[in-house]
Amino acid sequence: MTPLLRIEDVHKEFPTQRREVVHAVDGVSLEVRRGETLGLVGETGCGKSTLARCIARLYDVTSGSVWFDGHDITSSSRRELRALRRSVQVIFQDPYGSLNPRRRVGSIIGDPFAIHGIAAGPERKKKVQELMELVGLNPEHYNRFPAEFSGGQRQRIGVARALALRPKLVICDEPVSALDVSIQAQIINLLADLQHEFDLTYVFISHDLSVVRHVSDRIAVMYLGKIVEVAPTEELFGQTRHPYTRALLSALPVADPDTADSREQIILAGDIPSAVGPPTGCRFHTRCPKAGAVCGSSEPPLEPVLDDGPEHRTACFFPLTIGENLSAAVLKAS
Amino acid sequence: MTAIMEVVEAPQIQGRSPFTLAMRRLRRDKVAMVSLAVIALIVLMAVFAPVFAHLTGHPPNEQYRDTGLTPDGLPRGPDGTFWLGTDDLGRDVLVRIAYGARVSLLVGVAATAITVAVGIVLGLAAGFLGGIVDTVLARLIDVVLSVPFLLVAIALVSVTGPSLTITVLVIGFFSWASVARIVRGQVLSLREREFVEAARSLGAGDTRIMFVDILPNVLAPVIVYTTLLVPVVIVTQATLSFLGLGLPPPTADWGGMINEAQAYYTTAWWFILFPGLALLITTLAFNLFGDGVRDAFDPRADRS
Ligand SMILES: Nc1ncnc2c1ncn2[C@@H]1O[C@H](COP(=O)(O)OP(=O)(O)OP(=O)(O)O)[C@@H](O)[C@H]1O
Ligand code: SF4
Ligand SMILES: [Mg+2]
Repeated sequence: MTPLLRIEDVHKEFPTQRREVVHAVDGVSLEVRRGETLGLVGETGCGKSTLARCIARLYDVTSGSVWFDGHDITSSSRRELRALRRSVQVIFQDPYGSLNPRRRVGSIIGDPFAIHGIAAGPERKKKVQELMELVGLNPEHYNRFPAEFSGGQRQRIGVARALALRPKLVICDEPVSALDVSIQAQIINLLADLQHEFDLTYVFISHDLSVVRHVSDRIAVMYLGKIVEVAPTEELFGQTRHPYTRALLSALPVADPDTADSREQIILAGDIPSAVGPPTGCRFHTRCPKAGAVCGSSEPPLEPVLDDGPEHRTACFFPLTIGENLSAAVLKAS
Repeated sequence: MTAIMEVVEAPQIQGRSPFTLAMRRLRRDKVAMVSLAVIALIVLMAVFAPVFAHLTGHPPNEQYRDTGLTPDGLPRGPDGTFWLGTDDLGRDVLVRIAYGARVSLLVGVAATAITVAVGIVLGLAAGFLGGIVDTVLARLIDVVLSVPFLLVAIALVSVTGPSLTITVLVIGFFSWASVARIVRGQVLSLREREFVEAARSLGAGDTRIMFVDILPNVLAPVIVYTTLLVPVVIVTQATLSFLGLGLPPPTADWGGMINEAQAYYTTAWWFILFPGLALLITTLAFNLFGDGVRDAFDPRADRS
């Protein structure tokens, strides 16, 4: 079966005022399978949102191709995109910025119906109120303005709007990052329930690995515009291959005593390099405790390493073996 | 005692829009409310101008050469027949002021409406579409704002001849640019907001985004500007009339009356005073009301 979404060698560059080029997404290939949740993690500025917008075709990609449901949508016309919008929806990070402050919640959630000419008048109102109920909002609040809701409720509004047209793929761009921890779980559970009910496929973006671990079937780790490791969730945690992934994991509080012994605290040296002139070779070599001479000159391909199956791919010349301690590498390096 | 069963309807929860809140603040503003009452009176006067004619028995353009002028042919002062006196042709000043209100208000509303409609559409287009559209419109705005208005107005009217339509068009043509500039400035920042991208991700086109998503967010400054624009337009219309570029005689209008009264200000004070007062009171009322609207929409704006 063809994957729901497949992107191949997607690049997205932004020109800056100083005639430089930001390589926000720099050659990403990925597939998203029907019904799964693909987690996408990485530090701030690594290009997660840009990649999400390329997938949703809110941006034109600089190069590469995007395939949705077996169709190449890389250079779809406006008209074709309109149809695509019904199948691919985005839930945005900022529940304050993504809702129009001057419009009533009922019309915001009703927008998809209005835009695609699906329902009008009392019928639209009925559909909107059903949606509100579905996401746990009081349908009587139909006439309220976004400012009259809490952050969590606003994100529910965003979810209702995204689900209105029964999309196949929903891209959740840090849907809970702006919310209180106590509220995060509610929204995540809501998303999980809805996925179950409507057979949704999610791309779930977060910089918080613990959230991603909780919701994802597979996880892709991104660093400076590239995917450095992708694997089924438990494998990524159990058989971490990439030093960067390990560094991200080490920042998590220990939840599982079994893996606690192999846990160490790794603090990455230096800042994340600029996406304007990214490092040559392996992007991570400027901060990597295991970096060798080859790392600065050639780029490691994203492929299965050691004895990993085809599901687990890593872009690293010196992948970690199970049980290997990164701090040992730090010592060796120094 | 009878038990009364009351069916309590579930309260329809009505959101309080920023607009509702502004209106609430406006209603508490005494000066604005008094000004609004004055404006209402002027509107009533304009609407019921024929009633004034009926009560006094004097149609606005009827010249009472015997009863309305002194034996030397000068205007008559206020008395029982001509409550606010007569003008140089023996016409009833009160009735003409009432009819003049029609012109002032009509031009004030029509020219402002054109101005605002054009300004909003072009401002939205310039700010939202950007690129070449913006470059062209932004230059056009600069040009219009730097053209000497009266000079061009005089030249234009001398070509076309004075009429109500040309007055409205001239004023509208020279005023839209300020509205467009305000709107454009707001849109430039609004279009970067995430809700615009959200609308796009739902499949909304440019036109819908401009008018459904962005427009409601620029309305507040436009409403404020509009209420302050009406008195400016009224004065402009009076100025054009005063310069003889208003409505062709004998139509009564305040600027024209003041013009005709110039020669008589020593001999017939009422002839110049009452139309002048009418103009002053009207513009003052609109200005004070406009200030109230501005404060209501932006309570933090300083009142200097
Ligand atoms: N419209 C744009 N124009 C120029 N540069 C951009 C633009 N959007 C993103 N960038 C740059 O591209 C890089 C990736 O940004 P992006 O927003 O995709 O990161 P992110 O992973 O989503 O980060 P965050 O976790 O903060 O949301 C950053 O260096 C950012 O400055
Ligand atoms: S390729 Fe080299 S620099 Fe890059 S992550 Fe692996 S060891 Fe580190
Ligand atoms: Mg982001």
